[in-house]
Amino acid sequence: MQKILRLPEAPAAGAAGPEVPLITQAELLADPARYRAGGARVGVRVAPSDRVEDLAPHLAHLALVAIEFPGPGEGRGYTYARLLRQRYAFSGEIRAVGPAVKQDLLFFMVRCGFDAFDLAPDQNLTEARQALGRFTLAYQPAVPRAAVREPRFTATR
Amino acid sequence: MYQYDSTDQALVDQRVAEFRDQTRRYLNGELSEDDFRPLRLRNGLYIQRFAPMLRIAIPYGLLSSTQLRMLASIARRYDRSYGHFTTRQNLQLNWPKLADVPDILADLATVQMHAIQTSGNCVRNVTSDHLAGVAADELEDPRPYCELLRQWSSFHPEFTYLPRKFKIAVSGAPADRAATEVHDIGLHLVRSAAGELGFEVLVGGGLGRAPMIGQVIREFLPMGDLLSYTEAILRVYNRYGRRDNIHKARIKFLVKSLGIATFREQVEAEWQASRDFDSQLTPAQIAHARSFFQPHPYATLANTDSLAAAGPEFKAWYRYNTRAHKVSGYRVVFVSLKPVGAAPGDMSADQMEAVAQLADEVSFGEIRATHNQNVVLADVRQTDLAKTWQELKRLGLATPNIGTLTDMIVCPGLDFCSLANAGTISVAHQLQRHFDDYDYLYDIGEIELKMSGCMNACGHHHVGHIGILGVDKHGEEWYQITIGGSARESSSLGHVIGPSVPQAEVAATVERILDVYRELRQEDERFIDTVRRVSATPFKERVYAKDLAAA
Repeated sequence: MQKILRLPEAPAAGAAGPEVPLITQAELLADPARYRAGGARVGVRVAPSDRVEDLAPHLAHLALVAIEFPGPGEGRGYTYARLLRQRYAFSGEIRAVGPAVKQDLLFFMVRCGFDAFDLAPDQNLTEARQALGRFTLAYQPAVPRAAVREPRFTATR
Repeated sequence: MYQYDSTDQALVDQRVAEFRDQTRRYLNGELSEDDFRPLRLRNGLYIQRFAPMLRIAIPYGLLSSTQLRMLASIARRYDRSYGHFTTRQNLQLNWPKLADVPDILADLATVQMHAIQTSGNCVRNVTSDHLAGVAADELEDPRPYCELLRQWSSFHPEFTYLPRKFKIAVSGAPADRAATEVHDIGLHLVRSAAGELGFEVLVGGGLGRAPMIGQVIREFLPMGDLLSYTEAILRVYNRYGRRDNIHKARIKFLVKSLGIATFREQVEAEWQASRDFDSQLTPAQIAHARSFFQPHPYATLANTDSLAAAGPEFKAWYRYNTRAHKVSGYRVVFVSLKPVGAAPGDMSADQMEAVAQLADEVSFGEIRATHNQNVVLADVRQTDLAKTWQELKRLGLATPNIGTLTDMIVCPGLDFCSLANAGTISVAHQLQRHFDDYDYLYDIGEIELKMSGCMNACGHHHVGHIGILGVDKHGEEWYQITIGGSARESSSLGHVIGPSVPQAEVAATVERILDVYRELRQEDERFIDTVRRVSATPFKERVYAKDLAAA
């Protein structure tokens, strides 16, 4: 059973919901018009080897982007979330999915722009929620929905 | 030196609390070994052959006497009363108990120290010149920029799960004492034609199985762009560095496969697209960082003739273990961690406390760790040299061998490390005993011998003037020897000069190499310069000829 943790301030996250159909990035790019028919909204799964910039023209029609974390050492998804939020200004849900979505990584994910977490089966929802508050400060600038007070280093924009 | 503010302290304290909880969950069985491994590595904790090993960060090698006393106290309380200084200016404890590590980290946090990101596939401790701030050839003190990089890289959310580890070194002087050309990123402080201070940026250097020298990716980077440009390099690496093969995962392989020109284009494009939302350094932040590294309140002193009434023993120590200081009346003192019979880089808790005391008395309470595995008191009055020498001699820390053959870099090897193929400490002892004649050592002069127990090259053997690499040959420990490597400016990788030799033959082989050098050198030419002039060929021909004759 899915255990989805959402940030309290994540807007309209419930509207996206787990019931939104998820397709792969390859499926979307093969026939984007099909998934827009009748105003339908879908979510896209981004694999570590996908080129996230290819999603840019389609982001306005996506309810959510689900970024895969297939193993504990996989770190490309952090960059993808930052790019989606900051370079492409995606404001929909960015969800971390996959067997490596565990409490000890959530703080880093939040700082990169994730606002929903499809937790691995062995994870405890309460502990995961608490893990989001482990650090109250950070050095680096982050996405708009930062989980910390003002960071030390800031961006020009 | 840098002093934590409330943000720095809170982050370190919160990290201790986090690791305490992670350790508890691991010991309870709630966290699997696989899940715990990356978490403990990011707190410097390895599981070695016999015990865990904890690597404590010494940011750019700088310690206060208070911090060194705490390291002594930790070594005594939680370990076997000694620590080991590493080639990246850190300190390793070889025998801590896993369950004690959260308490060790909590003790470290009380003196503004930590073990954050000292291992794992993330940005590691930023290293620098051990003569920063006191060397006469320095353009600008690199340590403020090291500290800014330390903060920026700590818990960087995007770059904590990189394809592989990532090492940055910063130098502020034309003489490269920080091995910057063999780092993932090497930064050189330079001035532009207009006189503006900034960085020359190198990328793609590294040792390990496939050693490579870093290449210039940008000739001049304005200071304020330091973090955003570094982020652009890391973002390209995080996306395109190989994750399918651990042996091809360092950034040097990406740079090599793309070529520096293409890699540079990708980084520039990424930087232009992202610099507005990446970290920017303001002039106020730079000035604030620099304010912590202002010159000490030096007395106005004339240079004195320290050698006038001195005996030969002091003269030798002065010549080899001290260096010029940019302020008149002062001198830099090297504390040799390379006495005969010791594991190079080891320091006992008693020695740490005594050196901390000495630093308080004669060197403004600061101590530096060097990447050559020694310790430095950087600001000693020339009139205090005699008493400093007496005290270091009493402590067994005045072996007058800095820069000589026995001042070797040596990794822990098979005695501790689970990666090693061969022992290194026993070979170090063999070399120390074989070359125990100071007249001989001083005649050989400046030379860098570096030894690793496996091809991962923690002992930097590729860039030793003489490099020794331990290999496993049918269960026996053999050693492959290279010559001509250097990690200084215009660095070079050593050449293999023949088949590996059995452990008992290492010192004799090194002696034959030195025989060839003594015969071929011109006047006071250094070993490395002779090798560069005549090439490795005469050494290949003559060092191994005797083996053939004997066989």
